[in-house]
Amino acid sequence: MSTNREPRPYANPYVAGTLLGVVLFLSLYVTGGGLGASAAMSRVQTGVLDLLAPGHVDRVAYFAEMAGGSRNPWAHYAVYMLVGTVLGGFVSGLVNRRVKLETRKGPRISVQARWGFALLGGLIMGYGARMARGCTSGQALSGGAVLSVGSWAFAMAVFASAYAVAWFFRRLWT
Amino acid sequence: MAPFDLAASLGPVAYALVFGAIGFGFGAALEMGGFGDTRKLAGQFYFRDMTVLKVMFTGIAVAAVLVALATSFGLLDMTRVFVNPTYLWPGIVGGLIMGVGFVIGGFCPGTSLVAASTLKVDGMLFLLGALVGVWLFGETVSSFQGFWLSSYMGRFTLADWLGLPLGVTVLLVVVMAVALFWAGDLAQQHFGQKRPWAEVVKGPGRGWQLLAGSLVGASLFLVVRGQPDPEARFARMGPEVRRSVEERTIYVDPAEVVALRKDIGVQVAILDLRDERDFNLFHVGGSRRATLAELESQERLKHLLDQPPTTVTFLLGTGEAAALPAWRRLTAQGVPNLYVIEGGVNRWLERYPVDACVAERVGRVDGRDEPAWRFLYATGSTQPAAWPELSASRDFRSPCAAPAAASHDDAHQARSWPAHAYTRRVKLKSKAAVKGGCG
Repeated sequence: MSTNREPRPYANPYVAGTLLGVVLFLSLYVTGGGLGASAAMSRVQTGVLDLLAPGHVDRVAYFAEMAGGSRNPWAHYAVYMLVGTVLGGFVSGLVNRRVKLETRKGPRISVQARWGFALLGGLIMGYGARMARGCTSGQALSGGAVLSVGSWAFAMAVFASAYAVAWFFRRLWT
Repeated sequence: MAPFDLAASLGPVAYALVFGAIGFGFGAALEMGGFGDTRKLAGQFYFRDMTVLKVMFTGIAVAAVLVALATSFGLLDMTRVFVNPTYLWPGIVGGLIMGVGFVIGGFCPGTSLVAASTLKVDGMLFLLGALVGVWLFGETVSSFQGFWLSSYMGRFTLADWLGLPLGVTVLLVVVMAVALFWAGDLAQQHFGQKRPWAEVVKGPGRGWQLLAGSLVGASLFLVVRGQPDPEARFARMGPEVRRSVEERTIYVDPAEVVALRKDIGVQVAILDLRDERDFNLFHVGGSRRATLAELESQERLKHLLDQPPTTVTFLLGTGEAAALPAWRRLTAQGVPNLYVIEGGVNRWLERYPVDACVAERVGRVDGRDEPAWRFLYATGSTQPAAWPELSASRDFRSPCAAPAAASHDDAHQARSWPAHAYTRRVKLKSKAAVKGGCG
């Protein structure tokens, strides 16, 4: 997939943000719900678990709600949206020559360390996203646009916490 | 009127395609903004790159303005749009956890999808980690269920919280967002690029001016234009709603109400719209008196909107005349499973009469709001007719019985009502099926 041509520069953040806002509005207008990613991740995870240990899925209420008995965790709008998100990212990356097998990291850590921290950060993020009933897209972005108080409190908590701990992890990024 | 019930109107393939297309736009917008690059994301927290702040809050502000414009022109029924319910403390704690994960992992779930789709290995590993994280949450949530369900405030918007009109709230959000962008640019130059304050370029760029100008302009327009009142919103609701009035499917026979009161799977709420005097003379057991204005107050309306989906709410007047406008306004404001008791209290008393020594018939039962019975004294809900679902009331002593009853039991008459035939009208509808990305 990689090309030897230089990747194109990213769009102006206000342009990308406006585009994101229009997509979010269309989602709310047409479907009555916003954008998101973590719900679909939860369903993918539950779907995999349902293949490996269906009895366990039926016994844990949280999983059973999505895949208990004959329920199909895959046939859900959030999963369709997830597939679209991956495709959209891929096509935009392709057009802008940014599809390339590589690891992005701060200047001072090794690739392996970056992989370890990505895995760990993902784990923490996945846990927190379910605790908060949505991730930055489902809660902060979509909930923020419909002015939900909880979503705004959530968004501020994410930023406050990230700024508070950034100094301790500065070796990862600077 | 939007939003549309896609599950009912589309086949499974078209349904999946609509959501896939929305996801496609989402993924493309994130990728274009640079959200596939972890360094751009993490740079936000070291004042090196304000992309996260700008893209995210521009997206929020643009969508909020467009939503408010659509509702202002009556194109969008906001009552059917999912508003993330507020669980304040679990949301804040989850957010604090996510902030740590953001700095360690360099992504959030949505952006890691885009990074993985452009073959960034760190994005793929983050995604894998996130899948493990959501699994761990599912395994452990039962041990802190109490906390996870705590501080529930339901559908609670900034406009409700501030007590401001929607347009003013949107204006505040927009002003806050563009002020943050400006401050972010200054912070980036000073903290990120280590420029002394004297050399920091204070003036905002052209992109900012364009964005701020159009968003503030649109919000000011919203403030001036305002939002349609419930009557106007009702007029724009779909033809099926108007048909339900014309075909009288919103009117429920008292006998069906009684049958539902016996049904343990359904909660019945009866809101009595009559004045206090009539209410004291006779009212249906368990009903509550409320004027339309009281029901439309923020607190009461929120309560009506937040009832369990198995609740059926009935409006009750003397006849039907006063109940219909109340039904229209509350329906337009999104109260689900709302019905009018057919014929009002007059019809109720015709179906379930009180003793002749309590009230005498003075008028006809024709849907008008004229009382058809004249009560000789205030009975409240002490009459068996107030509780027809209790077929035998052991506590009731008929006032018409002779005072010197031979035995104690004789005065306690067991009541049984004739079985009235009726057409079933109540259909329980659940609320919005699509809950965005958090479902």
